[in-house]
Amino acid sequence: MSVAPTLPPLLAANPRLDRWVGFPTRGRVTVSTGRVEIGQGVLTAMLQIAAEELDVAPDRILLQTGDTDLTPNEGYTAGSQSIQFGGVALRMACAEVRALFLDHAAANFGYSRPDLAVRDGAIIQRGDATGHDYWSLAGAVDLRRDATGHALPKGVGDYRVVGRSTPRVDLAAKVFGEPVFVHDMALEGMVHARVVRQPRRDATIATVDDAALRRAARGPIEIVRHGNFLAILGADETVVEAVAGIAANHVAWDGVDAINPFQEEARWLLQQPSIDRTIGSPPPPDPQAPGNRHEATYTRMHIAHASIAPSCGLALYRDGRLAVWTHSQGVYPLRDALARTLKLDPAAISVKHVQGPGCYGHNGADDAAADAAVIAFHRPGEPIKVRWRREEEFGFEPVSPAMLVTAHAALDGSGRPTDWSTEIWSGRHTSRPGGGGNLLAAEALPNPPPPATASESGYPPGAGTRNGEPLYDFPAKRIVHHLIAETPVRTSSLRGLGATLNVFAIESSMDELAERAGMDPVAYRLSVLSDARARAVVEHAAGLADWKPRLPAGTGRGRGIGFARYKNLAAYAAVVVEIEVDENVRLLRVWCAADAGLVINPDGAINQLEGGIIQAASWALKEGVRLDTAGISSRDWESYPVLRFSEVPEVVVELVHPSADLPPLGVGEASGGPTVAAIGNAVAHALGARIRDLPLTRDRVMAALLRS
Amino acid sequence: MEPVHLIVNGNAVSAAADPETPLLDILRNQLGLMGTKFGCGLEQCGCCMVLVDGIPEKSCGKLLSAVAGKEIVTIEGLGTPERPHLLQQTFIDEQAGQCGYCLPGILISAKALLGRNPSPSRKEIAEALDDNICRCGSHIRILRAVERAARLMREGAVR
Repeated sequence: MSVAPTLPPLLAANPRLDRWVGFPTRGRVTVSTGRVEIGQGVLTAMLQIAAEELDVAPDRILLQTGDTDLTPNEGYTAGSQSIQFGGVALRMACAEVRALFLDHAAANFGYSRPDLAVRDGAIIQRGDATGHDYWSLAGAVDLRRDATGHALPKGVGDYRVVGRSTPRVDLAAKVFGEPVFVHDMALEGMVHARVVRQPRRDATIATVDDAALRRAARGPIEIVRHGNFLAILGADETVVEAVAGIAANHVAWDGVDAINPFQEEARWLLQQPSIDRTIGSPPPPDPQAPGNRHEATYTRMHIAHASIAPSCGLALYRDGRLAVWTHSQGVYPLRDALARTLKLDPAAISVKHVQGPGCYGHNGADDAAADAAVIAFHRPGEPIKVRWRREEEFGFEPVSPAMLVTAHAALDGSGRPTDWSTEIWSGRHTSRPGGGGNLLAAEALPNPPPPATASESGYPPGAGTRNGEPLYDFPAKRIVHHLIAETPVRTSSLRGLGATLNVFAIESSMDELAERAGMDPVAYRLSVLSDARARAVVEHAAGLADWKPRLPAGTGRGRGIGFARYKNLAAYAAVVVEIEVDENVRLLRVWCAADAGLVINPDGAINQLEGGIIQAASWALKEGVRLDTAGISSRDWESYPVLRFSEVPEVVVELVHPSADLPPLGVGEASGGPTVAAIGNAVAHALGARIRDLPLTRDRVMAALLRS
Repeated sequence: MEPVHLIVNGNAVSAAADPETPLLDILRNQLGLMGTKFGCGLEQCGCCMVLVDGIPEKSCGKLLSAVAGKEIVTIEGLGTPERPHLLQQTFIDEQAGQCGYCLPGILISAKALLGRNPSPSRKEIAEALDDNICRCGSHIRILRAVERAARLMREGAVR
């Protein structure tokens, strides 16, 4: 059956309406979304969308989420795409279900179709009850059919639920300490397991001193080995955790090559072989031509997701079926990867999402689930719970790659770019397990899958190239991308991907160019920015901050601005930062203006923008993964510090045009790049000297002061 | 193993376990109180914060033997949906949280603060919460929620 071309892509991929909506019992509605709650508030927004289009009270809706047995396959909950794509698909599915019920009532009971509407699930005619409702007609309206896209969702003017700041549906349970996290699950007869990690892919176990491990244990343990996958099991979690903590001392490995610890800073990227490509305008006619030029290089170290808790997964293999509980961002891709790893039919595997600590991208969640699945597969009937140790999460999660970016600009007589290149060196930003590789457990099993080859997403949105193209009106602009295939540690996606450093590089250069042109940074940006929505957020943020042509540089106090439209196709955000520098950078105040088109839940969107600002401030000032010859050496919160409460600034976030009749734009990653850039610009203003390497630590501040 | 007696959220309980078991494991695995979270096991993140005789302590580093006879308060002892603690109410009012994993430990630290200082400044609240990590960046809302609870408490809405 052909599908109408008007369907949103995710509805076209999952067209069966009963996959999205059901009416199981009187007064109750089930709504399914492939999107999962990762702390971003998406469940609340989805509930609002469904309640709006179905015209039912939100508390009638039971949301099913991220379950391969129950919900549509929406791939990953990532990339700030949940509302922009998943929400739009759900909206259309709900609108069509509502229309089918009204069509049925009109056709069978003699009503005029335009007179019909739904009020909290009841069908009404010109405002009066008809005696029919979703539940009384559920037997007659068959939802086992494909969406056609013929039903029109409501107009913005008719919204009563969407656009309101509805309290989050998941928050109260967390505030009361209810056991909502996968870490809190306890199954009857559950066995706790910890993995003794293979130090590197291809390392092989030389010896395991079983006797020493047993002697160290303060209770019964079992030692399980499949190839180079080694785990310690037991009924008592305390015993298992303690043995796991010292296990590395009693296991010897072969084939562990030392890595180069100098690769923690990004300059080494320049010496590596790379896969190169150019996106955008053709190369400039003569790069050596005389004239005004700008060139500056910016770097950052590897960054950890540093989730507040280590990853966790549960699995049970029984009667030929494998059930897995995980906080992965993608239950379907994980199911496929597990099927390949265990040589099982995907239909024999159920993967269910249960909430976990915020992940901000691809952390250890998939790996922990795979650990549990591998152990459980060999022990039918025994529920297995694997919870990583803190040092394991820091040491083995895929981190965000170190990057180096050079901005090149040729300038006209007024100091504005006529030609712009963003030249990017970066390891891969995407290595999620969908393809069957990239699960640590799979790499340790006999006959591991070949290493996945480094790849880069198409642009836009790009991965390492993300936001590499400035939104400014430069006559020629291009991205030159050098994808580095070999990195010292495993890397994958972290909130913002390459956008964080690319925006830092572009927006730092914009300030450098403004200074060179003798212009105020805000005025300079506006002089080369014609996109009306972009101008509006820059002007709004400047207004919030009461921006004035700036005080002299080098006073120890500074202000900076940063702007981007995330991916150049999601939400717009501009951020102004005020800081003080003595030896350390102290954040004082942050103002942010964002345009995300139609906003489902304004307070939810603001919460995401605020969180992005604080997290990005932490990246900018503090964060960088440390390496030694054995791998990642920053394995606790002292060696990997993050921003603490007494270091956070005051933050004001405002949405520009939040209920405009424009498509919703992903907002979760919009404020990060602009915040890092604004902090860099504020520090340069305060010091009178620019630091182009992140993080902006005390040592770098001191060095910059000596230079200036 | 000699059972160790302690009081948890007002109830006398006895735990028959290795005396070197962390209090956190006793709470979660023996008493089924899952509100107190494991975050690091290194006393660095504050996810496992509980009150021990009124003092906020990281339960991952407190051994069972060290809390014999002590009064422990966990997040479950603060309040319930039907009868929330003022702090729990203000955290909901301010929508103070994202993933929420750090919140039980933060609420315990905040309760201890308001117990010893009913009129904390913003700076004092922040310093009192410096033992707790929030990775999602909900700090601003959390600080606002604690300020609001302190204000309401002073105004006499104490439960």
